[in-house]
Amino acid sequence: MRYQSQAVAKPYFIAAIGLFVGQVLFGLIMGLQYVIGDFLFPAIPFNVARMVHTNLLIVWLLFGFMGSAYYLIPEEAETELFSPKLALLMFWVFLVAGALTIVGYLAVPYAALAKMTFNDLWPTMGREFLEQPLLTKLGIVVVALVFLFNISMTVLKGRKTSISLVLLMGLWGLAIFFLFSFYNPSNLVLDKYFWWWTVHLWVEGVWELILGALLAFVLIKVTGVDREIIEKWLYLIIAMTLVTGIVGTGHHYFWIGTPEYWQWFGSVFSALEPIPFFMMTVFAFNMVNRRRREHPNRAATLWALGTGVMAFLGAGVWGFLHTLAPVNYYTHGTQITSAHGHMSFYGAYVMVVLTMISYAMPMMRGRAANSDKAQVMEMWSFWLMTVSMVFITLFLTAAGILQVWLQRVSATPLGFMAAQDQVTLFYWLREISGLVFLVGLVLYIAHFFVGGASRKAA
Amino acid sequence: MSQAFTKSMARNIFFGGTVFFFLLLVALTVDTMQVLPKRDHRENITPSVARGKHVWERNDCIGCHTLLGEGAYFAPELGNVYQRRGGEFIKAWMQAMPTKAPGRRQMPQFNLTPEELDDLVAFLKWSGEINTAKWPPNIEG
Repeated sequence: MRYQSQAVAKPYFIAAIGLFVGQVLFGLIMGLQYVIGDFLFPAIPFNVARMVHTNLLIVWLLFGFMGSAYYLIPEEAETELFSPKLALLMFWVFLVAGALTIVGYLAVPYAALAKMTFNDLWPTMGREFLEQPLLTKLGIVVVALVFLFNISMTVLKGRKTSISLVLLMGLWGLAIFFLFSFYNPSNLVLDKYFWWWTVHLWVEGVWELILGALLAFVLIKVTGVDREIIEKWLYLIIAMTLVTGIVGTGHHYFWIGTPEYWQWFGSVFSALEPIPFFMMTVFAFNMVNRRRREHPNRAATLWALGTGVMAFLGAGVWGFLHTLAPVNYYTHGTQITSAHGHMSFYGAYVMVVLTMISYAMPMMRGRAANSDKAQVMEMWSFWLMTVSMVFITLFLTAAGILQVWLQRVSATPLGFMAAQDQVTLFYWLREISGLVFLVGLVLYIAHFFVGGASRKAA
Repeated sequence: MSQAFTKSMARNIFFGGTVFFFLLLVALTVDTMQVLPKRDHRENITPSVARGKHVWERNDCIGCHTLLGEGAYFAPELGNVYQRRGGEFIKAWMQAMPTKAPGRRQMPQFNLTPEELDDLVAFLKWSGEINTAKWPPNIEG
């Protein structure tokens, strides 16, 4: 660690991992509710568990992105962070706001929470992923703006690299497109249309800039490849991302009341969306093969390579699987969507945050890399989580194909619940894979506490 | 990659491509906004439909159901539930919840007032009349 202020990343990373555990536990609860329908009912109805599961994911990834930026920006800008105190203050504000929101979801019925938080004054709640009360949404904006001010000022007073520029653009875009979450008209079609300007333009737009920048940073560090080459790749990858992904928004505009021409724009552009992910995989392997140093942190290199591969599989391949309009006509809103959602979020965003944590955490603890013993355990957790996520995705895909057939294709279509009853086996298999994922996550946390002779700081 | 292809060329492709395709999205959005009134029949959004959307939202229905295919996949699609079941069935169904059938998926009792139930049905009826390019494939959703 070159600058003292980079250490503010540490609480962000710890909080991120803590919330990750919560996310996975609620995922397991929901997985069980798929097969034992009344499990924990009425204490935790499915919709509450799902809100907690998805909101925890978003919040912990945001913690991960912010922590990563606080670590990365001073090192790239070659100067101390503009204000470490502000960063710590925002950490507590965000953690308390996030925790209160989750407690609110669990403690009172959602309608009561809406009433308590004056949702009637400016209704924004009750839309997928944007369930947060108005106050929490405003809190996210405040925290994001203070955070952006802090890192932007740091870049302005220091060295300006392409990596920090791309990261800043991604993070500013994240804040700007979140503003669409405050727009909630009575017209459902307009609501849905602009809801995607937050959701799609986040995960298939600006978040990919953040992903690219973090991956590029770690690759420079662990491979020692010339910055010019890595940054050239970075620009090409994110160029392809936005060239395909912006109009690719159209793949959400097939069946929500929008005109039919979106079936063409959405299909063609989103069919190209795997390209930048494929480039990312080639990029990561290429840089590691051309490495000019043997970095002692082999676990971080593994995570970086894994991010490329799994993002390509989850976002690229599983996205393409159901993105063409004639296919999507049958698969829209089924377990196929869920399969894609799981592997793409894990492969792209979970893994890139874990890559950053894997690289930065030992540095913040005063060493270049953890002991071999700790690294072996971390690599075990990598394989357990990654392979079990592949199986979760495969089982959900199998369930989805059967569901589509039984409910939408067959000459005698079954009703929703009758079709669900037919695919129970795959939901059980998914739940078992989820338990293996949890084992991987426990090992992941345990590796932080494994001692042994650590490698010296570089 | 060859040395002739420089970082600044890659950067220019990024900025140029991003601006161009964002403008294309904006242009398509402007066109969509012109066409939408004919497809969403907004003239039928009565105060009851608007209130019904808020009933839908403040009970987080999207946390289990899909609406026009978006939402959670735990419970049936409701974009066409009015056509599938009819308004009276929907109201009776919601009042009868939860079924408490052992091991079966349970829907909470939301304790909606008769007015709220009417508003919700009005909202679901209006949603079912949106021109969705013939989606879903059949009445089962």
